[in-house]
Amino acid sequence: MSMMDWIDARFPATKMWKEHLSEYYAPKNFNFWYYFGSLALLILVLQIVTGIFLTMNYKPDAELAFASVEYIMRDVEWGWLIRYLHSTGASAFFVVIYLHMFRGLMYGSYKQPRELIWIFGMLLYVVLMAEAFMGYLLPWGQMSYWGAQVIISLFGALPVIGEDLALWIRGDYVVADATLNRFFAMHVIALPIVLLGLVAAHILALHEVGSNNPDGVEIKKNKDANGKPVDGIPFHPYYTVKDLVGVVVFLFIFSLVLFYMPEFGGWFLEKDNFIPADPLKTPEHIVPLWYFTPFYAILRAVPDKLFGVIAMGLAIVVLFLLPWLDRSRTRSIRYRGPYFRIALVVFVISFLALGYLGTQPATFLYTLMAQIFTVLYFAFFLLMPIYTKFDKDKPVPERVTTK
Amino acid sequence: MSDTIDTGKRRFLTAAASVVGGAGAVAVAIPFVSSIAPSAKAEAAGAPVQIDISQLEPGQLLTVEWRGKPVWIFRRSEEILNALTTLNDELRDPQSEQTQQPEYAQNETRSIRKEVMVMVGICTHLGCSPTYRPEIAPEDLGANWKGGFFCPCHGSRFDLAGRVFQGVPAPSNLVVPPYHFQGDNVVIVGEDAQGAA
Repeated sequence: MSMMDWIDARFPATKMWKEHLSEYYAPKNFNFWYYFGSLALLILVLQIVTGIFLTMNYKPDAELAFASVEYIMRDVEWGWLIRYLHSTGASAFFVVIYLHMFRGLMYGSYKQPRELIWIFGMLLYVVLMAEAFMGYLLPWGQMSYWGAQVIISLFGALPVIGEDLALWIRGDYVVADATLNRFFAMHVIALPIVLLGLVAAHILALHEVGSNNPDGVEIKKNKDANGKPVDGIPFHPYYTVKDLVGVVVFLFIFSLVLFYMPEFGGWFLEKDNFIPADPLKTPEHIVPLWYFTPFYAILRAVPDKLFGVIAMGLAIVVLFLLPWLDRSRTRSIRYRGPYFRIALVVFVISFLALGYLGTQPATFLYTLMAQIFTVLYFAFFLLMPIYTKFDKDKPVPERVTTK
Repeated sequence: MSDTIDTGKRRFLTAAASVVGGAGAVAVAIPFVSSIAPSAKAEAAGAPVQIDISQLEPGQLLTVEWRGKPVWIFRRSEEILNALTTLNDELRDPQSEQTQQPEYAQNETRSIRKEVMVMVGICTHLGCSPTYRPEIAPEDLGANWKGGFFCPCHGSRFDLAGRVFQGVPAPSNLVVPPYHFQGDNVVIVGEDAQGAA
């Protein structure tokens, strides 16, 4: 009896290997857009490993935090590399996640029967935003401090309970040592555990129904005599090897940023964050990190505190509802009609424009533009049941297509 | 004993055990939820602050820290006080009807003494600290600007009594903390006058 047999009799190692890798059949027509799921997993591992090493030198104390980050940067052997890996990794995570989500939009990967994959994915996105936000407080710079002050104050906009809720979240009357301490606990323990659980749910749900593909054709409908999908290939070795190519290209670009422009011109590490937190002085121009700016622009576009917060919340809630807003039977953009194609282009332009406007001062003209793009952003979702229903979709082929 | 299963009794026992167990779980959650509310230490840090304003020139603004927040004290000139009354049509709450100030500061100038303004320098929108912009009609704030506070975060505007302008994200006037004077030149922030509530 081999060693593997001994283990398999006690733990389903071979069974799991087959189910999720060597006999998990993925469509053979995956393209460029299918790299980002595995890249997100790679970055998650990178963030966890670098994060563990950062906690070994970081001090979650309002008096010591800023100096301990500088200590890591200057005095800890290779500390600068570990810290820059973590900070660059955070932005890379959002780049990859946004491309991954856009893939889902293009190819209808959220549609029946993959609604739960989408929901788990959206939950991952929300938890990731919380994780990034709380992590950004830890260096205790000016942007850390005032960014947290603004975001926690959002809860204060809720009627009746708002102010008490904000007080409870902060643990003090303003963002203070208590806030830093609890954000540290959430950032290094609580949220990462939730993230890992959700990643497991996301992948298990995916492997239960099988992957979608650029044609939006269900490969399980077309099986050979052995019950294997004709258009499917085992994930391992085919896609593990393909994804390795993606990893190499990704690491190439990642290293360029990491070694030559880790602050990325103030976009990945903001200039004001090199000034220690000062509770008495707000920086001239507060901007959240780039990955939050579309939602920040929506918040600012509404000239009312409560409705601004509600609009920002709804901008994320509508994404959860996507599987039910889309009434078309066609998944992939390749066979969708003109209405959806135009709507998607308008949505992408709106999202990018809001992202830009969120980084700019709130002048009259910019606020007006933010209002227009906010309306377009919501129109993409709220009008979706109508334009997808009446769209002139093209016939979808029986089998996946490859060039 | 009979061999039949009394499902009604089972359902009752299951429900009763679930309710009792659920109540226990909620009770256990209370200490955890309470533990992250402001601690006794954080609450005690709200002690009053004493400030000498004898050196404060008209138009000059002094920032002090109270409960970790910036509190502004500034002296208003006669011109500033006159300008305040001309703004009423552009403000959300010119008469300070919302309770953003103690009763003794609910008046035209939102202060105990007309010339000395005391308020918390935290924007009522999302908690940034607005910038003091006393100059008249600067380029970036427009020709109608008569001096006031401008929040760099989301563009909220306040006049020199901390009253919010219309059409900005901040919903209400800046907060006036409890304070009182001790003699001519000392302000105590964080405490009402003796005998007051």
